[in-house]
Amino acid sequence: MNERKSINRTHGPDAPFGEFSRVGKRARKVDSMAVATGQAMYTDDIQLPRMLHGKFLRSPHAHARIRSIDTSRAEALPGVHAVVTGSELPVAYGVIPWTEDETALAVDKVRFVGDEVAAVAAIDEDTASAAVRLIDVDYEVLEPYFDPQDALVHHEPAIHEGNRKGNISKHVLLEFGGVDEAMAASEVLIEDDYAFHGTAHAPIEPHCAIARWSGDGVLTLWSSTQIPHYVHRLLASVLGLPAHRIRVIQPYLGGAFGGKSDPFSHEFCVALLAKKAGRPVKMLLTREETFYTHRGRHPMQMHFRTGCDAKGRITAVDSKILIDGGSYSSFGLVTTYYSGQLLCGPSDFPNYRFDSTRVFTNKPPCGPKRGHGSVQPRFALEIQLDRMATQLGLDPIEFRRINCQSENTQTVNGQTVTSNGFLQCLDAVEEASGWKKKRGKLPPNRGIGIAGSMYISGTNYCVYPNDMPQAGILVKLDRSGLATVFTGTSDIGQGCTSVMATLVAEELGLRLDQVRVVTSDSDLCPVDLGAYSSRITLMAGNAAVDAGRKLRKQVQEAVAEKLEIAPGQVMLADGFAFDREDGDRRFTTQEAFQFAEAKFETLSASGSYNTPERGGDYRGGTIGASPAYSFTAHVAEVEVDPETGDVHVHKLWIAHDCGRAISPVQVEGQIEGSTYMGVAEVQLEHHEVYTGETAEAGLHMRPSLLEYTLPTTLDTPELEALIVESIDPEGPYGAKEAGEGPLHGSLPAVANAIYDACGIWMTKLPFTPGKVLAALKAHQAAGSSGAPNEGAN
Amino acid sequence: MLRLPRFRHETPASLEEAAALLSEHKGRARLLAGGTDLLPNLKHGIEEADVVVSLGRVPELNRVRETEGGDLELGAMLSLEALASDALVRKRYPALSVAAGLVAGPHHRRMGTLGGNVCLNTRCVYINQTHFWREALGYCLKKDGEACHVVKGGKRCVAAASNDTAPVLTTLGASLRLRSQSRGVRVLPIADFYVQDGVYNKALEPDELLESVLIPMPQPGLHSAYKKLRPRDSIDFPRLSVAVAFRLESDVVRDLRVVISALAARPLMLKKVGDLSEGRPLNDDLLDELGSAAFKQCHPLTNVDGDTTYRRDMVPVYVKRALRAARDSGLSMP
Repeated sequence: MNERKSINRTHGPDAPFGEFSRVGKRARKVDSMAVATGQAMYTDDIQLPRMLHGKFLRSPHAHARIRSIDTSRAEALPGVHAVVTGSELPVAYGVIPWTEDETALAVDKVRFVGDEVAAVAAIDEDTASAAVRLIDVDYEVLEPYFDPQDALVHHEPAIHEGNRKGNISKHVLLEFGGVDEAMAASEVLIEDDYAFHGTAHAPIEPHCAIARWSGDGVLTLWSSTQIPHYVHRLLASVLGLPAHRIRVIQPYLGGAFGGKSDPFSHEFCVALLAKKAGRPVKMLLTREETFYTHRGRHPMQMHFRTGCDAKGRITAVDSKILIDGGSYSSFGLVTTYYSGQLLCGPSDFPNYRFDSTRVFTNKPPCGPKRGHGSVQPRFALEIQLDRMATQLGLDPIEFRRINCQSENTQTVNGQTVTSNGFLQCLDAVEEASGWKKKRGKLPPNRGIGIAGSMYISGTNYCVYPNDMPQAGILVKLDRSGLATVFTGTSDIGQGCTSVMATLVAEELGLRLDQVRVVTSDSDLCPVDLGAYSSRITLMAGNAAVDAGRKLRKQVQEAVAEKLEIAPGQVMLADGFAFDREDGDRRFTTQEAFQFAEAKFETLSASGSYNTPERGGDYRGGTIGASPAYSFTAHVAEVEVDPETGDVHVHKLWIAHDCGRAISPVQVEGQIEGSTYMGVAEVQLEHHEVYTGETAEAGLHMRPSLLEYTLPTTLDTPELEALIVESIDPEGPYGAKEAGEGPLHGSLPAVANAIYDACGIWMTKLPFTPGKVLAALKAHQAAGSSGAPNEGAN
Repeated sequence: MLRLPRFRHETPASLEEAAALLSEHKGRARLLAGGTDLLPNLKHGIEEADVVVSLGRVPELNRVRETEGGDLELGAMLSLEALASDALVRKRYPALSVAAGLVAGPHHRRMGTLGGNVCLNTRCVYINQTHFWREALGYCLKKDGEACHVVKGGKRCVAAASNDTAPVLTTLGASLRLRSQSRGVRVLPIADFYVQDGVYNKALEPDELLESVLIPMPQPGLHSAYKKLRPRDSIDFPRLSVAVAFRLESDVVRDLRVVISALAARPLMLKKVGDLSEGRPLNDDLLDELGSAAFKQCHPLTNVDGDTTYRRDMVPVYVKRALRAARDSGLSMP
């Protein structure tokens, strides 16, 4: 590991003037009115003069070789301006530089039904669609792989034929301590199989991109991406253009949840189509196409063994996980590590082994979805904990208290935990849910369950190794009294624009309407690595405080001169600069900025952030390393209908340790949104393709919002969000993440509540009524022996 | 977004004009009575039309009136929302009100109509998909293809009747008033309207339009109810639906009608189940007996998403729940 410079964390968790004026206050998102009134411009709202519309030809086969493509009939159709095929964009790419196995369009092979084969730009969508159907492709159909077990064993021909490991995408085996010895000495040993089924992100806005080339050969790409910087890098690589001739802009985004993290085929294709046509080109995916683009949560088959001693202290955890990656690598290398690396808290254990294998199959590629890689094994582990507690006759919350790791500690896999508010989270949900009155005491078929989890506040290392900052920001102060913040951060609805505005406003004593934030335009904004791994509040937040603080010093000095006091005696708050000891001696911040501009010339400052050195000293030890970890506890209360197997989730109480809540309203929103999404994955959502040898094999089973049943308000349990603030030394004013952590526990908390309700352990997601009913019947058939059973699920 | 194909859009102002347009375009015209079914089907290429005849400006079709004989006549363009909240419907035919209120979501019920729901196209997981998807499948015998993917080797389409109002109207003995330019008006019992063919499951001729639904005055002691199995408490089409209607005469059951839908191309009247109950008190023993009898007669297919074994297991549960609901709260008031 290189020596790293940990820059610009000179500030602590305290308010700049003793008391916060913006941070921690309940305020609307700064862009909420724009979004609510329809003023916000999304990518598809952009209409450029002479703009053409693009459409894809997609593969109807799950696995086939392309013998030839003939586009002549399409090109001859009136209204068609450009057609591209894979041979024109042959450079392989991938978001992870070590696994570049995608091309913008299929070059010689298609790997799932929906894989992009060719793209057309035409005068309108109807003409482009008609042209797509005139492209003739000659396929040699190959045996598809749908079952990951099967793909593991068979690989003739492999899905990626150059791959020396057959259909294996990534294998990770790591052991810490001595698992087998510890397991053998355990008082209680629980061993079982668990399954996660696969889900999509389903943001309301489908992916969209527009490309335009200027007369001097500069490419501008507007795209609904959550990581503009990686799109920028890979556009340069695939198009063979210097990066400085490319400008990437991310307009307002209608949800992403991880599903807009990869560079996508349509982003490359609009660029080349626009170049060939000499006109701007837009591609807007249909809802069906977003299910092919996918990158959703990986299906996992998980075998878990856990042991504990007679007092309930966990002795060892051992997992073997088979991950169905779909057809391409995407973030899969990281997913494979995360399936083990992110499990080592808040429960502490001295011995740990995980053995995770990701395999390719002929399905839409999986990738990162909110809670990347760790939601699935967390589900398994938290059920295992409840089963150990149950076997020992311990209350499951008490069991988690016994095993809770401390703050300022190291996990078994060598990650550094700074603050840790998990015990307070447990207290909060125990109290709010009435746990002690309810657990084991509710009427038949009604139950309550707990789960805990942890998550990263950003990943410590960039996906491409470099020594530059992870986050950069520019702040300009204007004589109008406005602070303008230029940041490469991607607001995907999670509200980072408001967080940046709040932090800069706090440092400079401004009201929120006196700060404007310019985001995600590579020509205007310094690089930020983007909206993934819950990194922005901590990383870009630190950069924002850094820049704000530099400017504050200048403003204080200029005002101090006017008031003839020491700079430290100048306080900035609520739009005023004043004497701390005599509030009547004051100027507006606008006047103060003018004094500073006169004294120091044009006012601007940059801020940046890079991570401290972190991670275990072994291969892969930096994956899962983060400057700080968030912690969450969930309690779910459910009712099971014994006649239908329907699980009604009445309510969830969620306590989340976010370090410090910069914006409590937004933290609550993230807690509620995460939990909503998690509960949806328990019961309703299922991204699945037909398998077997029938005509429908390889086809998506539910490629529409009617079939892919997202919960509506009527299907969403009551959610009570509780904020726990542990004040972390690494984050801006002590803040950690809130966007992904509060998803994890939703799933196992419901499973553990079902056990409390009716004595069955549900282990295979999703918990459809049919599976629950089968498990109930099997449980009844087994009699009241108390033997746990998994029924037919 | 999926694009609509091109078609001519007509907005007749009278029934006669509408019937004339259907006659003129002989099977190449489609009626738009809300569009919540037709428009997605046009986008998917499951239905094709040169002309779309919008019925929104035909005043007679919005009528609700009592006939001299005491029947209730409901215009085909009555929105499902209006139907669900109509005080008289609620009083006389509570099951119909419930069924209308369970169709899709609030927006669909505001656009969607009674006539549209009665004439809803059949549905199947292999047909309600885009052209790309169906082409990759190799199509199916409902449209553009020859194979059935539900019943391998099957020669008759088994796409499922998925309309919520149809089973209830069947149990209530409703009739449909149909009009064509050449043959004028005919009235057909709804029980004779649906046929066992998923390609087109209606006796409605290509030049005919549904004008209104006639429901007879409820007999004294009529109880009715509707139960619907669906994944979400909103929006979804039924995975199984059960309508029941019977009279209670000194606590014994008379004339029980049980209709199950979302299984096959037409709603299924379970005559044997009805017969079993005649003259018997509706106690738990009878409920169990009727549930088991219904189970034996129902064989869900993979035409609808969701595990078929589970859907079959739910037949007795939903039949019993419907019967209990009808007994306990589904009394019709004159």
